[in-house]
Amino acid sequence: MAPKAQKSPKGQKKGKKKTKPTLPIAEEEEPLNMESMGHPEIYPLVLTTKTQEIFNCRVDDFTDEQTYKLIKKEDILADLLNRAAVSDFHPVKKIVRDYPGEELLLVYDKDFKYGLNFYLIGTEDGKENFLNTPEIPEEQEEPKDLVPEDVYVYKPPVSKPWVSLGSEKEIEEESVKESKKRVTYMISRKRSQFGAPVTFRDQNASSVKDAYIECASYPDKNFTLTQVERDIGLQVIPEVKGTGTQTKWAFPKNASTQYYAREFTEEEKETLEQSKTLAEFLNSVSTSVEIALQQNEIMNTFVDDWKSLAEEESTFGDKSDTHLKEYQSFTDLHSTMEKMITCVSWHPTIYGLIVVSVAVRLSYEERVHFSGKLLLQPSLILFWSFSDPIHPQLMLESPDDIFCFEFCPSDPNIIAGGCINGQVVLWDITSHVDRIENIKAGGSRSKKATLKPMFLLEPDSNKEAMYIRHCAVSSIESGHRKVITDIHWLPDSFEINRMGSVFENRNGINCQLVTCSADCTICFWDIRPQKPASTAAAATTTMATTATNNNSQPPAAEKKKEETIEIPFDVPSTFLHLDLSWKPMSRIKLSKGETSLDHCPTKLSLGEDPLLRRMQGTSSIHVLLKDKVLSQVRALKAAEINPYHNLEAGIANILKPIEDFSTKFFVGTEEGEVIYTDWKMERDSETGRFMPKKPVNLYTVHDGAVHTVQRSPFYNDIILTIGGWNVAIWKEEVMTGPLLQTCCAPKRYTAGHWSLTRPGVFYIGREDGYVDIWDLLEKTHEPAQSQNICITMITYIKPWTFSSKQQFIAIADYYGTLHILEIPWTLSHPSFNEVSSVNYYFEREVNHLEYTQQRKLIRDEEKREIAQEMARKKTRVYQKTKEQMEAELKLEYDSYLELEKAVLFSLGLVKVSEKVSYLDMI
Amino acid sequence: MTEVEETLKRIQSHKGVIGTMVVNAEGIPIRTTLDNSTTVQYAGLLHQLTMKAKSTVRDIDPQNDMTFLRIRSKKHEIMVAPDKEYLLIVIQNPCE
Repeated sequence: MAPKAQKSPKGQKKGKKKTKPTLPIAEEEEPLNMESMGHPEIYPLVLTTKTQEIFNCRVDDFTDEQTYKLIKKEDILADLLNRAAVSDFHPVKKIVRDYPGEELLLVYDKDFKYGLNFYLIGTEDGKENFLNTPEIPEEQEEPKDLVPEDVYVYKPPVSKPWVSLGSEKEIEEESVKESKKRVTYMISRKRSQFGAPVTFRDQNASSVKDAYIECASYPDKNFTLTQVERDIGLQVIPEVKGTGTQTKWAFPKNASTQYYAREFTEEEKETLEQSKTLAEFLNSVSTSVEIALQQNEIMNTFVDDWKSLAEEESTFGDKSDTHLKEYQSFTDLHSTMEKMITCVSWHPTIYGLIVVSVAVRLSYEERVHFSGKLLLQPSLILFWSFSDPIHPQLMLESPDDIFCFEFCPSDPNIIAGGCINGQVVLWDITSHVDRIENIKAGGSRSKKATLKPMFLLEPDSNKEAMYIRHCAVSSIESGHRKVITDIHWLPDSFEINRMGSVFENRNGINCQLVTCSADCTICFWDIRPQKPASTAAAATTTMATTATNNNSQPPAAEKKKEETIEIPFDVPSTFLHLDLSWKPMSRIKLSKGETSLDHCPTKLSLGEDPLLRRMQGTSSIHVLLKDKVLSQVRALKAAEINPYHNLEAGIANILKPIEDFSTKFFVGTEEGEVIYTDWKMERDSETGRFMPKKPVNLYTVHDGAVHTVQRSPFYNDIILTIGGWNVAIWKEEVMTGPLLQTCCAPKRYTAGHWSLTRPGVFYIGREDGYVDIWDLLEKTHEPAQSQNICITMITYIKPWTFSSKQQFIAIADYYGTLHILEIPWTLSHPSFNEVSSVNYYFEREVNHLEYTQQRKLIRDEEKREIAQEMARKKTRVYQKTKEQMEAELKLEYDSYLELEKAVLFSLGLVKVSEKVSYLDMI
Repeated sequence: MTEVEETLKRIQSHKGVIGTMVVNAEGIPIRTTLDNSTTVQYAGLLHQLTMKAKSTVRDIDPQNDMTFLRIRSKKHEIMVAPDKEYLLIVIQNPCE
């Protein structure tokens, strides 16, 4: 823009006047002028004294009137040349150079009007103005002096000529100009036509062409849609009617009523009973009631026959699979001599723990021969666990080979075993229980370990099974003399005293044992400490002091004996009182009467087997008495002490006899006999001593030693005996004979056991390693199944149930291997009403026995009659008279003659004569 | 013995009968073979049920009337013979 462009160089001239006093400025910079004050030609200057001297313009030279001096341009230029930058005229050098005239006007600014002490007028006009009007400003100065100097003096703008800076072009470009000449039209009309009335008339639009344009509607295919479906909704509402009521709101209150039923008094009842209406009522009603009652009696119409017909369908596993499946087998690899397994037992509480007793496989002579070597070998009871088939978890040490053992039912940490030398051994593994209880946890570790070869496992400390020494052994002199063949804990519901009388159990735990041995005796043992003789006599009632051969030693002597024996430190002191001084409580000798040969018992079966009963969950005497006794015992027990550590606790109680307790039991002998005898002693009238009773019954049924006498877990009075080549099943009250006696098997039977879950099934092991499974409901003449387990004789069979789906059977063989097999579903689960069916079978057998007995009697009767008849006939014959004899002889002679004739005739020696039957001649 | 007693004894001697009782029209027991509390309970409950059953039958067909009510449960069967003034209740265990 033109005015701005003009201003800018002038603006530059303004510069920084105030801040720059005397510093030399750039060469080309234009000096400041006083444009700001309206005098662009005035350039203030500072002249130093030296410059003032040069130009003779000292301050003193100036007066008020003549404040200026004309200085020649050449002088200034010469000064500039001489003094260059130092010169005071340096700032205005350019102005001086461009100055058209010759002389410049330098004015002394006394009042510092323009800031500095001198100023130079840069233009000729300015000079002229100044020179010409010095009076006016001087004149005006006076009134001006009156005005304060800070009042802004308005200077009206001075018009200046236009300076074009090229903006006309732009304006021209952007201005709108008419390019064309405007066209003008003039339209005119006659004046008369303006304002004339208008007439409209109709015209048909269609008649005139193009009078209108129509947009006809046409069907656009894009928008035609046939609606085939339509969503509609229907709602059915009942007829509703809105009503409202106003109720009286009351506080909710809890209210209760106590009432008792209305009853008639006795008199009212009687009067009513006498009333006729009642009699009539009953008469009319009783017929229909009786019909209804009889209907129910005849048949139960609501029984679903289909349901009761079908067996339980939900089977676990294949129904057709009836074989025992191999699960695991255990062998003791560490022993040097060949061992056989004598007894097997499952741990009552811990899953997967099975205990076997091993004995050396030698005959008697060999034992004697190798006795030295045998002494070095520890006789063991091994604890095997499912998780480790190589290492036994625990090993119980015993003085000699164990032939039978049993866990104590009330405390699974107490084990009693019978030795080959006649000693009874007790172990207490309470302190080692943690080793066997956490077997599953340790099993995971052992799984990794079994990958390594066996010799690397030996030094592993926690794999090492400890030898646990026995806790107590019985006295050698007063115990059995030969091998103990069977040992049982007596049930904890009763206890026996020396006479065999039965009393209520004072301790509430199993504390008595019964053993039978090959020395023909059965002994009863008590594990409680023997009380001193005086108090014991006061407690029991039927105590004979001298008669029996036990407990006669004073306890003081026993204690002395105990003190001399050193007990190893790691053996618990539970049975310390018994060790080596334990004597049986009572002894029963199974004598055969006058003969010296006595019965040699092999197995016995007392009342219910508590362990088996526990599996079944039923127990008659157990439940009846245990509750009574336990409640008493519990009241006496102080803290939770293991009762076996405090065996003396209950002895203080008085013995209470139990009435009606059956003291009979079954014994199987080595000769194959089954004896049913009584353990209660009776007073023998002759000698006055207490003698064991004679056996109630004796049956010789088996051909070999009886090795299994076992009560059925389902029926308390059914006993299974196995021996020799056959099996017999007995019922306790039936004295006539066994219910079932099987025919001889091809191989000898060496082991057997009832099935724990099926009442009609039992397992028998043979001497060739086969297991025969008998099912009484299927076949009774031969086993239902036969399965090969091992190559050698089976010595022990023991089944065990862990859950409804898992049932195992442990089969021990002669070579020392224990096989664990799993029982399939069909063999472990009873059918719908198997218990009652088997019971019915036994009842039938009993009836059959009775029938046979009766038939026997009848037969005997018949025989006798026939014999009588025969006898009578015979006597009749001898009473024949002489005449009869002669007649008979004659007849004989006649018949002989006839014969002679016939013979002669046939020989042709006699002629044919009239043959007359000789009978006619008589 | 009175006829009443004879009849009741005969009914009681049937196989499986647990108890017999005679109740009046209001549900108050007159004669029973069970203990008091059981009798009162049975009488009260069965009286109400009998009334309901009777009214149901009558509602369906006014010419009809209920002659006998048998309730079979898992354990036993309860038989009720109603009349104008009395109710005979017999409880039987039908299972053989």
